[in-house]
Amino acid sequence: MIQAAIDWFKTPAGQLVLFTAVKVIAMFSVMMTMVAYVVLLERRICAWMQDRIGPNRVGPYGLLQPAADGLKAFLKEEMTPAHVRKVLFTLAPMIALIPAVLNLAVIPFGSTLGKQQMVLANLNVGILYTFGFVSLGVYSIVLAGYASNSKFPFLGGIRSSAQMISYEISMGMSVIPVFLFVGSLNLSDTIRAQTGTLNWLPWLPNWFVLQSPMTFLAFCIFLVASFAETNRTPFDLAEAEQELAGGYNIEYSSIKFALFFMGEYANIILVSAMMVTLFFGGWTLPWFGLDHPATDLLRGVLHIGIFLAKVFVFLVGFIWVRWMWPRFRYDQLMDLGWRRFIPVALANILATAVWLWWRTK
Amino acid sequence: MIVKRKALNLWERLYLPAIIGGFQVTLRHFFKKKVTMQYPEEKWVVPADYRGAPYLVKDQDGNTKCVSCQLCEFVCPPKAIKITPPGDSGLRPDRPNAEKMPLEFEINMLRCIFCGFCQEVCPEEAIFLQQDYSLTGLTRQEMIYDKEKLLALGGTHAGIQKWKQKQVEANEQENFPVKN
Repeated sequence: MIQAAIDWFKTPAGQLVLFTAVKVIAMFSVMMTMVAYVVLLERRICAWMQDRIGPNRVGPYGLLQPAADGLKAFLKEEMTPAHVRKVLFTLAPMIALIPAVLNLAVIPFGSTLGKQQMVLANLNVGILYTFGFVSLGVYSIVLAGYASNSKFPFLGGIRSSAQMISYEISMGMSVIPVFLFVGSLNLSDTIRAQTGTLNWLPWLPNWFVLQSPMTFLAFCIFLVASFAETNRTPFDLAEAEQELAGGYNIEYSSIKFALFFMGEYANIILVSAMMVTLFFGGWTLPWFGLDHPATDLLRGVLHIGIFLAKVFVFLVGFIWVRWMWPRFRYDQLMDLGWRRFIPVALANILATAVWLWWRTK
Repeated sequence: MIVKRKALNLWERLYLPAIIGGFQVTLRHFFKKKVTMQYPEEKWVVPADYRGAPYLVKDQDGNTKCVSCQLCEFVCPPKAIKITPPGDSGLRPDRPNAEKMPLEFEINMLRCIFCGFCQEVCPEEAIFLQQDYSLTGLTRQEMIYDKEKLLALGGTHAGIQKWKQKQVEANEQENFPVKN
């Protein structure tokens, strides 16, 4: 029986199942560790920007603070107010985390490690899969706002649904020029299209953010839209502390609240990974031949390191922005989304299409 | 007065000046010296005239200054002080120039509001608000400080020696006219 199982794991199908399971577990644990430490990073960075020191008591330099936070979230009393809609109320925090985690499946986080490709699902429609799940993310906040059955969460939910739906349009349209350049919806192909150095400035990487004005504009729109999609300042109207006392998550406590928190940070990590993949060359660096799939283990690990380092830069950017700028007013937010970004994104698609057509003619 | 709201020009409407300004401010503060005090390890330097916990003090010879007049007990707004006088056949004072000293002197630090009335009213300069601001205890009973504890915490207040000063003044009067 055991021998049969071992034999089965040696067949191609067994190998696929085994390595996929290993990759899933590894990615999920790395993701969750990152979520925990991004919270710590955020607290430290905001403290430094406010001339404070930040959490430094738990473990050396406060590095065990996430463990203390997690323990506290689990041990807190869980309150379910009597006036909530119970099923949806319980469902909402789960939905907060799930889309972000599922989306990780299509992100190529490294080239190869041994014989294994460092992407969970090398889908041909990777970007469509991503946007499909990103759009599910809005349900967590809308359901939380609706199920809480009280006014501040409701207002937060209403604001958020309008905001996320609006910005999803500009976000989706902003990446189309990139895929017009790539000619495929596969994210690994997108990375392959960004190898080498620029045509017009040969010592800079051939990343989409620098490749042409159209893709740079696409990046700018995507960046702003991703702030709106993750409900981060300056677009954090869903949880505007000063106006809504926390917004959609007021009625939540204990681990349910922590799930919203984790969902928010998981989403930030996800959109950072998306931006790295789409506009910053994913796991590649144009120097030392690091833009080709790895042949040995060392380079494979190095590629994963490069990817994580790029993601880290974006994470710091997200955190920095939160403590730097005030919130947009609601009408300004909608105005920016509908009357600026959507037309600009549409024009960008058109310009890219015309340029590509003219170039090949 | 009506403040005219100027229309933003194109550069300002791009939101970029705000971005740059915000970045400058945050970056400057990011590397600035931090103001946080690591409390239990580092402690605040209390100013000399700080009104902390009231303690009893001893005079330069190590004797109790308090003469159990109970003025502080009377003036204490939250009734935190409780003095037990020695009674008829009671304790003799341990210093000259005093008729009596308290048998027991208790301050309930949970009630004390650090107003300083006791220090102000004391004719013997025997009680002073000192520098302690962090009083802790595990029980309520522990927070009622008795005479021994108050004297031990208060220490010797050799700087202010009321009776020594009186002695000097008396001597000066005897040797009238004062030279200088």
